[in-house]
Amino acid sequence: MTIFHLIVFLPLLGAIVAGLFGRAIGDRAAMAATCVPMVIAAVLSWVGFYLIVHGGPVLVPLFTWIDSGSFEVSWALKVDQLTAVMLVVVNTVSAVVHVYSIGYMAEDPHKPRFFAYLSLFTFAMLMLVTSDNFVQLYFGWEGVGLCSYLLIGFWYERPSANAAAIKAFVVNRVGDFGFALGIMGIFLVFGSVSFDTVFQAAPTQVGKTIHFLGYDFDVLTTLCLLLFLGAMGKSAQLGLHTWLPDAMEGPTPVSALIHAATMVTAGVFMVARCSPLFEYAPTALAVVGVVGASTAIFAATVGLVQNDIKRVIAYSTCSQLGYMFFAAGMSAYPAAIFHLFTHAFFKALLFLGAGSVIHAMHHEQDMRNMGGLAKHIKITYVLMWIGSLALAGLPFFSGYFSKDMILEAAFGAHSTVGGYAFVLGMLAAVLTAFYSWRLLFMTFHGPRHEAHGHDAHGHDAHHEPHESPQVMLIPLYVLALGALFAGVVFAPMMIGEHMHEFWGKSILILENHTAMEAAHHVPLWVKLLPIGAGLLGIFVAFQMYIRKPGSGAALAKVNPGLYQFLLHKWYFDELYDLIFVRPAKWLGYKLWKEGDGRVIDGMGPDNIALRVAQLAKRAAGLQSGYLFHYAFAMLAGVAILVTYYFTTMMGH
Amino acid sequence: MFVAKDLAPLVPELFVAVSAMVLLLYGVFAKGNPTRTVVWASVLVLVVALVLVWQVPAGRQAVLSGMFVTDSFTAVMKSLVLIGSAVSLVLSVGFIRQEEMERFEFPVLLLLATVGMMMMVSANDLISLYVGLELQSLALYVVAAFRRDSERSTEAGLKYFVLGALSSGMLLYGASLIYGFAGSTNFTDLAKLFAGGHGHVSVGLVVGIVFLAAGLAFKVSAVPFHMWTPDVYEGAPTAVTAFFASAPKVAAMALFVRAIISPFGALVAEWQQIIILLAGASMLLGAFAAIWQKNIKRLMAYSSIGHVGFALVGLAAGTSEGVRGVVVYMAVYLAMTLGTFACILAMRQKNGLVEGIDDLAGLARTQPGMAFALAVFMFSLAGVPPLAGFFGKFYVFMAAINAKLYVLSVIGVLSSVVGAFYYLRIVKIMYFDAPGEPFLHPMPRELGVVAAVASLFTLLFVVFPMPILNGAAMAAKALFP
Repeated sequence: MTIFHLIVFLPLLGAIVAGLFGRAIGDRAAMAATCVPMVIAAVLSWVGFYLIVHGGPVLVPLFTWIDSGSFEVSWALKVDQLTAVMLVVVNTVSAVVHVYSIGYMAEDPHKPRFFAYLSLFTFAMLMLVTSDNFVQLYFGWEGVGLCSYLLIGFWYERPSANAAAIKAFVVNRVGDFGFALGIMGIFLVFGSVSFDTVFQAAPTQVGKTIHFLGYDFDVLTTLCLLLFLGAMGKSAQLGLHTWLPDAMEGPTPVSALIHAATMVTAGVFMVARCSPLFEYAPTALAVVGVVGASTAIFAATVGLVQNDIKRVIAYSTCSQLGYMFFAAGMSAYPAAIFHLFTHAFFKALLFLGAGSVIHAMHHEQDMRNMGGLAKHIKITYVLMWIGSLALAGLPFFSGYFSKDMILEAAFGAHSTVGGYAFVLGMLAAVLTAFYSWRLLFMTFHGPRHEAHGHDAHGHDAHHEPHESPQVMLIPLYVLALGALFAGVVFAPMMIGEHMHEFWGKSILILENHTAMEAAHHVPLWVKLLPIGAGLLGIFVAFQMYIRKPGSGAALAKVNPGLYQFLLHKWYFDELYDLIFVRPAKWLGYKLWKEGDGRVIDGMGPDNIALRVAQLAKRAAGLQSGYLFHYAFAMLAGVAILVTYYFTTMMGH
Repeated sequence: MFVAKDLAPLVPELFVAVSAMVLLLYGVFAKGNPTRTVVWASVLVLVVALVLVWQVPAGRQAVLSGMFVTDSFTAVMKSLVLIGSAVSLVLSVGFIRQEEMERFEFPVLLLLATVGMMMMVSANDLISLYVGLELQSLALYVVAAFRRDSERSTEAGLKYFVLGALSSGMLLYGASLIYGFAGSTNFTDLAKLFAGGHGHVSVGLVVGIVFLAAGLAFKVSAVPFHMWTPDVYEGAPTAVTAFFASAPKVAAMALFVRAIISPFGALVAEWQQIIILLAGASMLLGAFAAIWQKNIKRLMAYSSIGHVGFALVGLAAGTSEGVRGVVVYMAVYLAMTLGTFACILAMRQKNGLVEGIDDLAGLARTQPGMAFALAVFMFSLAGVPPLAGFFGKFYVFMAAINAKLYVLSVIGVLSSVVGAFYYLRIVKIMYFDAPGEPFLHPMPRELGVVAAVASLFTLLFVVFPMPILNGAAMAAKALFP
């Protein structure tokens, strides 16, 4: 038994205890049974991180899972530097969210279920990051998807929550289908699903093709694109992003843990983990870069006009995931993972801060009904500022280090895709700062906007915004520490001079992919531009929401088309509804009513049942009750038997 | 000449017959109403006879000039008959008291019928076959009409008697044709005659077999000689119906198997078509005609017609494996039927017994134990695995498939699908319909015990099938020397 067994299985233990025995042991015990192991696992993850960084990677075999012919899969914990970083992120944020939830979910009647799901999710996520083969990876991948579904739909009495949960699940199926195909393809090509075997054999497959449906496909490009399809679904990249904003129907701690810090970053982790494959598939890398950059700008534009506080942050997450992907597309995997690392802290901080606001506002989420909250909830206000400064990438906050690195790597790539990503990334940085401060100003500054339908009497006494309890604030302090110092402390290790020693063999970057190196030698203006972009965004937001309140609405009025376009999220949902949902519904309805109902039931079961009933009536009708009928039947029977015998025996 | 040791194989029959006479005398001269005593004494007699059946010398014994044989087939089938009769008597204890039928002749008649059945099972000659059959039938005619003051009961008895006489006539006619064309009535001699399949089989002989089969088919109530069954089952007092459905069915089926296989085993090709027709028609009618029935006794009549059809599938195969299937089937059928009738006899409301299927509505809520037992029997009768009824069907169909009777097997499986409808409908009525007037409970103790034991047998057959399977295989081997 090693420390890594504890790290991975403590959350599972908590989930089992709270999930199976939650009713029996009560709310408090269930919360203790999940939170305590989680905090221990979080502390151990930091110890593990230290061990791995100084002692090198370890492989902890557990047992053989599937052994069928040449297909062999084992459970094992592969803990290298990449995994160690992920363990720290996952367990720290998860522990913080567990503790926070004690306060946030205090009034919920289903606490054991909630905490069991949270812990189960954490376990699945740990399985995902510690896997040493693709099948175990897929197990974790689907496990987190399942828990995400369960937690989005946690308040199952709400139809919107159920719809959002199903949407998340279905959209993820599209990506996961690609991912599964990719894994099958890998087994087909390499004859193994073990990371080590596959990655070692990757260079031998360069330039080979697969013949399929009359076309030749480049093996590695195809496999990488299929894998990336899975990453797009899980990480809500452009095209498969539609579920993420809706997923905000789940409780806010869930949004912080799953839909900001951990699960949605699984795609980035997977691309980094598969860097030995992606490095040999330049086309796939270019696709990753373009999709990432496009997502970054798309989500940022939509974030500009949203009014739901959580949705703004959700689009921000989507946009930041775009940054990570285009970094990966430039072969700047360390930058991508480093941004993942810092982003986990400040985005979880923003979400939990937003949760604190929502808590203070008694479950009001519309920013138009907020305003002037700064004096009521000062601590939350300060913490949200820290989170926003980190997100906008202002110097010395953690986001500054990671985001600058990404943009510099894009510049340093000296390629078309790199240029595209650099320009869009810079624009997105302006927008990021703008919507972040729009959020801050609308929520905390200006006059207090009353929610509709309340009258003034008794309202103040009862609904006065209040600061959150300590059990919710302490987790925020922890995350604020991360948002403040994660960058400055870990940047030299993870993306600085010593990054090659740090990452070791966990990430492969080919010699000729130099974006990461070049990033350290970009001109000064490239280094300064992101700061300028951030300040510009903040300035514009200040102008529009503090100096001249109402100018935002005026701007929307002048450009109604653009405003509606952004408000409707580029009409993605409407488009999908038109192209996929309605035809599928129509087809399903037709197949159900016509195909199944009329043809199959009509000809088959219903028809047969009808005939049976008719036959049965006749058969029963034979029984007349008259003795002579019965005697006649017997004699007729004998006659028939004898005749039958004669006719059949004639041939002999 | 008779010597004492020749009588050894006859001891069980003699014991039951003599006991019946003694009990009759006791009943006549006893003071007060001796029925209760006579019933329990009769049960005891049957239990002792069951022990005696297994004490006769092992191996094949032919006595009375070869007219009477004992072998493992007779031992197994007699055991089933005796169990069926004894349990039927136990089931009738409360019934005859409450329905004012408490007369000591009732158990005595059942004993005499049982002697007849034992004779049938052991018959090795067309003459002894007929004697046994008539001994049984005469007793049955009387018990069917045992409630002389009930119009339905007397009508049932009369119908049964008239049609029974007709069938006896056919059987005798067949027997005389066989004797005329083959020159013997002894099964052993007939078997020697046809052994090896050489020699010309005359048309008259086959017509004789058809008539013989028709007479036997009447006793097992196979289509188209089944018409008496629904009316008699419905009209006869329920305890009598329970008896009719159990022991005589087993005995008649044993007789059918022996009378076809033992003398004419070598002529499979000649009689197989007849049995196939009987089996197929019985299965189909049993499945279809039961669907609209509202009276549970009538439903059980059609159910028994269907089950006889399934059992005949095994006989149609004409192989040792097929006969084993028949024996297994009858054993399972006996347990399911007795259990079901135990439940039916417990359907007693304030104003007396009821027989409507709708009266079972909501039984699961008023009497969960009885509902569960009845549900087990219904699932088993429908042939749902892993209950005993499934294995009964499984072994006969396996034999049929191995004998290449594919069409018959398909018909059997399809009709068991149709039949599942009315069995499952009873389960649905018990478990999902709103309760009506509840039955008096708790159910009488003896009924509860029978239902419990039968449902345990039905449930656990899958776990301990070997005693039944081995016994059946042993019995079947005796017919194929």
